Amino acid sequence: MDQADPDRHDPTEAAAFDAAGYWRANLKVVGILLSIWFAVSFGAGILFARPLNAVELPGTGFPLGFWFAQQGSIYTFVVLIFVYVGVMNRLDRRFGVSED
Amino acid sequence: MDVQTWTFAIVGLTFALYIGIALRTRAGSTKDFYVAGGGVPPLANGMATAADWMSAASFISMAGLISFMGYDGSVYLMGWTGGYVLLALLLAPYLRKFGRFTVPDFVGDRYASSAARLVAVVCAIFVSFTYVAGQMRGVGVVFGRFLEVEVQTGVVIGMAIVLVYAVLGGMKGITYTQVAQFCVLIFAFMVPAVFIAILMTGTVIPQIGFGGELQGALGDAITGGERVSLLAKLDGLHEELGFAPYTSGAKSVIDVFCITMALMVGTAGLPHVIVRFYTVPRVRDARVSAGWALLFIAILYTSAPAVAAFARTNLIAAVEGAPYAATAEAADERAAVPPWFKNWEDTGLIAWIDKDGDGRIRYRSGPAFDGKLSYLTGPDDPSGRGSSGERLVGNAPSAGDNELYIDKDIMVLANPEIAALPDWVIALVAAGGLAAALSTAAGLLLVISTAVSHDLLKRTLAPGISDRRELLAARLSATAAVIAAGYLGIHPPGFVGEVVAFAFGLAASSFFPAILMGIFSRRMNKYGAVAGMVCGMGFTAAYIVYFKFVAPDANTVENWWLGISPEGIGTLGMIINFAVAIPIAMLTPPPDKAVQALVSDIRVPAGAGEASAH
Repeated sequence: MDQADPDRHDPTEAAAFDAAGYWRANLKVVGILLSIWFAVSFGAGILFARPLNAVELPGTGFPLGFWFAQQGSIYTFVVLIFVYVGVMNRLDRRFGVSED
Repeated sequence: MDVQTWTFAIVGLTFALYIGIALRTRAGSTKDFYVAGGGVPPLANGMATAADWMSAASFISMAGLISFMGYDGSVYLMGWTGGYVLLALLLAPYLRKFGRFTVPDFVGDRYASSAARLVAVVCAIFVSFTYVAGQMRGVGVVFGRFLEVEVQTGVVIGMAIVLVYAVLGGMKGITYTQVAQFCVLIFAFMVPAVFIAILMTGTVIPQIGFGGELQGALGDAITGGERVSLLAKLDGLHEELGFAPYTSGAKSVIDVFCITMALMVGTAGLPHVIVRFYTVPRVRDARVSAGWALLFIAILYTSAPAVAAFARTNLIAAVEGAPYAATAEAADERAAVPPWFKNWEDTGLIAWIDKDGDGRIRYRSGPAFDGKLSYLTGPDDPSGRGSSGERLVGNAPSAGDNELYIDKDIMVLANPEIAALPDWVIALVAAGGLAAALSTAAGLLLVISTAVSHDLLKRTLAPGISDRRELLAARLSATAAVIAAGYLGIHPPGFVGEVVAFAFGLAASSFFPAILMGIFSRRMNKYGAVAGMVCGMGFTAAYIVYFKFVAPDANTVENWWLGISPEGIGTLGMIINFAVAIPIAMLTPPPDKAVQALVSDIRVPAGAGEASAH
């Protein structure tokens, strides 16, 4: 199995597909996005909701922890999926496995 | 036109639309029937997934549930949306590349084991039946309340509609009717939400009014002109009446954490949601359609908590301390309860016990009476009315101060009436509730029929069966499933409400880990996966059965293991699944070359088209 670093991948070698590199890059993207997923919902919305409730979301009457639990986390989830779509489409093209 | 004529007109129109779509999208092959030929555009799939996902419970009950739970209701909001992130990032693209028809297909092929396939089939059927019974019941209830048709007749009409488009069109028919149903249900939910936001906060957008100040027609009446934010006012009212604060709730942090996790992971593991990602043409379409689905779901899921807070504030302000009857001496200081209060009392969703005999409603924390609500007589019999004219109940009053019982469903159903909206809006809410129930029911019925005709018949019992005969079997099993679901809707087993926790717990502790490890680990083999599923599911099922059926009286925080309620135990079940599966897989031989090649193949997007052709 080829263990080349994905960042040093040479696009001229698209024919020899770097499966391990693609998979590692994929795991990195998923790992980062899931950390954000966890931080907004389980972090801000649950574990730290009570201390965050002492502060209000600027310009509104929302206690911050409550806002994350009932609004903010959901908005973030939607954004996360579309970011994932964009990043993966670029990754697919870079490694020559795009479906276009 | 009166409400009932409007309702017949709007509901009739939407039904004609669904049937019209079904007739245009008949299924010609098993691939059409199971996965709509794999050719659904991602935006349409997103809408269909959203309609499939948002059930009668999401539409009718969720806002009410949050209204009574406050912050604790966040478990449903985050749990039923966050699962889509897991689905999009961890499952959907890979399952699309795998490109068969069902979840048991993947489990069976990846672990090269018919035992694993069978476990998956049983789970899929059980989870789906649990769910579908509730949907059929929802159809009956909406018919009963808005059209004054018997619940049974309502269920039969609902069955007939689903039968036409599910049996004729399979996934293809269901997908395009669900697109229409999504439009109906989201419009029906948002119209009253916008109106009530204007009345309570003077803002058109409910999500913004939610964090704003009370103003507008109803809002000003509540504050008496004082400028105060809605949530601060609501927290204040809660404190006055002895409820837990609305914005911080009463459940323990660990329980909120575990319930949210179980619902998220369970969502990602539910077969009728996963199967939708087999219907799009390419892997990249599977990714983006998960995004569209969540965006469409988020419209309702971010409005629902706003509606919940509006309705809660308005309810407390309108009812607490108000006299039931508009008598002369009471009228000078405090207005009597509004007319909707009495209408919904007649329907059986509100009850009041005048414990202190002062003729005024006292709303506090705790139940008003013991046991399940039962009135002495029907609403039209004056002998069953008390001294203020209220309907008397047969239940023994509870020891607490609270005098009021309110069903959670009232928050959405009564909203148009509370906000004095035109009759057509009330009719729209009925059509929306039906769209939500029918779309979810159809998706679930398809999973059941596919599990029988494809997983059981084609892949296990009769592998040589022709495509035409398999399609016939799929149609017959869909018919049988509709009839069984209708029967459960008319004669609901008492445990339907109790087993919803089951569906999510089961999916979280069995499917999700098995599929996840099947994609992300080459080393995971059938011994690990089957042992993990059996242990995770066995533990979760035992815990829920014990607290829900064996010893329901012991179902309190003191007795829960680590303080985790049966609703949240799927999280622990999932951890047990991983903890059992991984060491067992390490100690047993790795999967063979063909399976390892399959894992390598599903990890790469290019070539999904070929993969689905076989």
